[in-house]
Amino acid sequence: MSPCNTGDNIMTDATGPMMAADGRPLKASLNRALRRQKLRALALIAPLLVFIMFTFIIPIGQMLFRSVENQIVSDVLPTTVAALENWDAETGQAPDEDVFYALTQDLMVAVEKKQHTRLGSRLNYEMTGISSLFRKSGRSVDDIGEVYADQFIDLDPRWGEAEFWADLMGAEGLTPDMPFEMHPDVFTTFARAAPAYAAFAATIASEDGDDPREEEPWNSVYLALYEDLKEAPKFTNAPKGIEIMSEFAPQVVDFETIDLAAEFADIDEDWVDPAVWQTIQTYAPEFTNGYFLNSIDRQKTPDGAEWRPEDEQIYLKLFWRTMLMSLAITGSCILLGYPVAWLLANLPMRTANVLMILVLLPFWTSLLVRTSAWKVLLQQQGVINDLLVWIGIVADDNRLALINNATGTVIAMTHILLPFMILPLYSVMKTIPPAYLRAAKSLGATNWTAFWRVYFPQSVPGIGAGSILVFILAIGYYITPEIVGGTKGVFISNRIAYHISSSLNWGLAAALGTILLALVLVFYWLYDRIVGIDNVKLGG
Amino acid sequence: MTVALTAAEVAAKKDNLWGFTIPITALFGAILGILAGQAAGLGILTGLVAGLVMGAVIAFVLCRFLPRRTGRWAAIIGFAVLGFIFGQLGGALAGAICGAVLGWCAYWLHSGDYRAGVPPYATTRQVLWHNSFLFICGFIFFFLIAPIIIIIPLSFNAQDFFTFTPEMLALKAEGFSTKHYEDFFTNQDWLRPMRNSLIIAPFATVISVTLGTLAAIGLSQSHVPFRQTIMAILISPMIVPLIISATGMFFFYSKMGLWMEDTLGISKSLSGYIKVILAHAALGIPFVIITVTATLVGFDKSLTRAAANMGANPVTTFFKVQMPLILPGVISGGLFAFITSFDEVVVVLFVGAAAQKTLPWQMFTGLREQISPTILAVATILVIVSILLLTTVELLRRRSERLRGMSPG
Repeated sequence: MSPCNTGDNIMTDATGPMMAADGRPLKASLNRALRRQKLRALALIAPLLVFIMFTFIIPIGQMLFRSVENQIVSDVLPTTVAALENWDAETGQAPDEDVFYALTQDLMVAVEKKQHTRLGSRLNYEMTGISSLFRKSGRSVDDIGEVYADQFIDLDPRWGEAEFWADLMGAEGLTPDMPFEMHPDVFTTFARAAPAYAAFAATIASEDGDDPREEEPWNSVYLALYEDLKEAPKFTNAPKGIEIMSEFAPQVVDFETIDLAAEFADIDEDWVDPAVWQTIQTYAPEFTNGYFLNSIDRQKTPDGAEWRPEDEQIYLKLFWRTMLMSLAITGSCILLGYPVAWLLANLPMRTANVLMILVLLPFWTSLLVRTSAWKVLLQQQGVINDLLVWIGIVADDNRLALINNATGTVIAMTHILLPFMILPLYSVMKTIPPAYLRAAKSLGATNWTAFWRVYFPQSVPGIGAGSILVFILAIGYYITPEIVGGTKGVFISNRIAYHISSSLNWGLAAALGTILLALVLVFYWLYDRIVGIDNVKLGG
Repeated sequence: MTVALTAAEVAAKKDNLWGFTIPITALFGAILGILAGQAAGLGILTGLVAGLVMGAVIAFVLCRFLPRRTGRWAAIIGFAVLGFIFGQLGGALAGAICGAVLGWCAYWLHSGDYRAGVPPYATTRQVLWHNSFLFICGFIFFFLIAPIIIIIPLSFNAQDFFTFTPEMLALKAEGFSTKHYEDFFTNQDWLRPMRNSLIIAPFATVISVTLGTLAAIGLSQSHVPFRQTIMAILISPMIVPLIISATGMFFFYSKMGLWMEDTLGISKSLSGYIKVILAHAALGIPFVIITVTATLVGFDKSLTRAAANMGANPVTTFFKVQMPLILPGVISGGLFAFITSFDEVVVVLFVGAAAQKTLPWQMFTGLREQISPTILAVATILVIVSILLLTTVELLRRRSERLRGMSPG
């Protein structure tokens, strides 16, 4: 630290009377100077802080938010979710007609917006098979209600005209060049058909840029209309469309009807399986701890969180393996780094500087270069195996499997992270006076006692700093395990990358990432407490 | 000096040629003999016996009749000739190495140099431990450097193999070729990523160096509120696992890219570069902060006050007084930021599109999917680049230390 402290300088600059040179009280003047100094420092830091916030902290924060976010279910199936609230999974029965009616309406919109496959894959993480269920239903859902559409058009051909529907539902005084708008009153008259039609109008307008005045409504709107007319409520006042309502209501009583649950069961038996509905109900809330439970091998059930079946438990094992391998790497780094750092710290400066290059060169060499070197060296037909066969230690048909397993990852990563251990150790050992060891020996200590009781305790801070740094870096490694780790030597990072780019289960990836980040931050905090972030050294 | 002398005296006093030097050199010879016998296909036993005998003979002849320098060259040449008879050029090289090791070993043991590092009163066990320790350290240095060095000869392989072919081991010219380098310099699959890397890294470096240096100067003032927290935030890109940064940036930057294309009307390719550059700049910042802060610790603030005293305004003071003094730190910070961006693959993999494919990305795909020997040529080039960078940084560090030595810190 610099011995020049500006605080002292202010004092010396303004010593003398209790008034500063400009006649203000010294105390106020000092405070002002201090405040200005703080502001100037902050102004210099601010651009970078803002930059880091926007390019780094906020993106990570948003990513973390994804681990609890679950809006897709309630976004895609809003009315179904609402209708499901009254359903009790304990009965072991599929939900009633109301839920299936809501599902028809929601699914129709979702299919047009192509959201149903996304919802399907989201729910598939929780129950296998839902993805194909939604895809299959997406192809057939527009047939539901066709029987009503046919009967309405048979009754009165006007029902098949887009214009007639638009007049019935649309606001007054709409000109063709104005965008279509619903009349507010029809929502009272047609409690079901109006929202269904509104959804239809909004969807085709936003998805295909179509005008509802030119398109015949979906079959699901006819279904909704039938439901309205069947009940034929009596109104005291006369809102819009009441005459249509009273005209057709008596005529629908002898319509051929359908059973919605049966229709869905026809598409796929799974729709009458209470387990499917239970999954939808469980994951209906906008926020969920489901991803986190998933990432520690538990799952949500109606009775609370439970362990997943034994054969599906992978993440805790993976976390455990990541920790163990990081510890193994840290351990081997200490074993290999300590003697080297000791040698460097005790050699004459000139020799030490030359040897230091051997430590710094790997540090400066591209990670990809070092990883490819290990990939080349460790292969079954690689240099190390060739050498061992050549010397005769290993038989040619029994070459060592050094790559695509945990061994490969540990060897390669020890090599890659070793400089991060040697450099902090070296800088700590440089500060230990060699006279201490000599003094201990001259007082009668053996070499071992002198080292273990005198030197080693003083080098512990270096071991701590190096170990935490190596451990932090190791636990989040991705590239090297991906290339030399195969399936047995991968870390949790590789699983996160897999969920981001292959399985597209982003929520689970975010939850796993949050846990990993939390782990790393704990160690970062420890590092800050023990070593201090300011003392991170790069390259000696 | 005294130690070396005494050690030599001790060795001279009891001429331990028969009891010490010859058996141990013979042991080394036996080990080398086993290896050589195995390699030449003579069998372990033959190699062992031959090595034992040769080690003993070498030790006796060299220590008794030849001065050190001549003796060592004689051993090297003798063994090289022997190797050449058995295995031509490759054999000669191996022989020369064996000769050098045995010759050095014989003199090292006989002259008592092996005790040079320990006090004269050290017991045999202590001497043994001391030398084993040096050997262990040697192996660790070998472990550190060998993987990097070994890919250099491998990259000149004439075959598409990743190991030394018999032609290469025999040092025959047809075993080597520069065809992987030709592939690198003619293949668009490699040249385009190279160009992308050379576009992205400098821009990212400029951003991180500018903002990082300013902030480091701010942080090194004596009164900074929340200094610890700010520092923790600014260093965090180095600590947070890359995969997490990459994931976060993946979501955020794809939205930002859409916004840039739709609202600002920037072309898709340009917005792709901007995204990667911003991401890499963020990753490089901790390195700039750390190196520049370290330089500023030794900066004498009375120099800026002196400048101000003589009438320089803060901007002049910064550029004329402070900047030249901290420049070595700033440049090494910049080199760190450059190598971070130039070497980065996880973030660009997630944030970039195929048009922004960088060199490490191409290497990564190459290693994962169709491993092609051109990777070794690229790796060799990158090793040379890193040697150059390392040299620059070392020189700058020394210069910085000299500069700091001049001004009372």
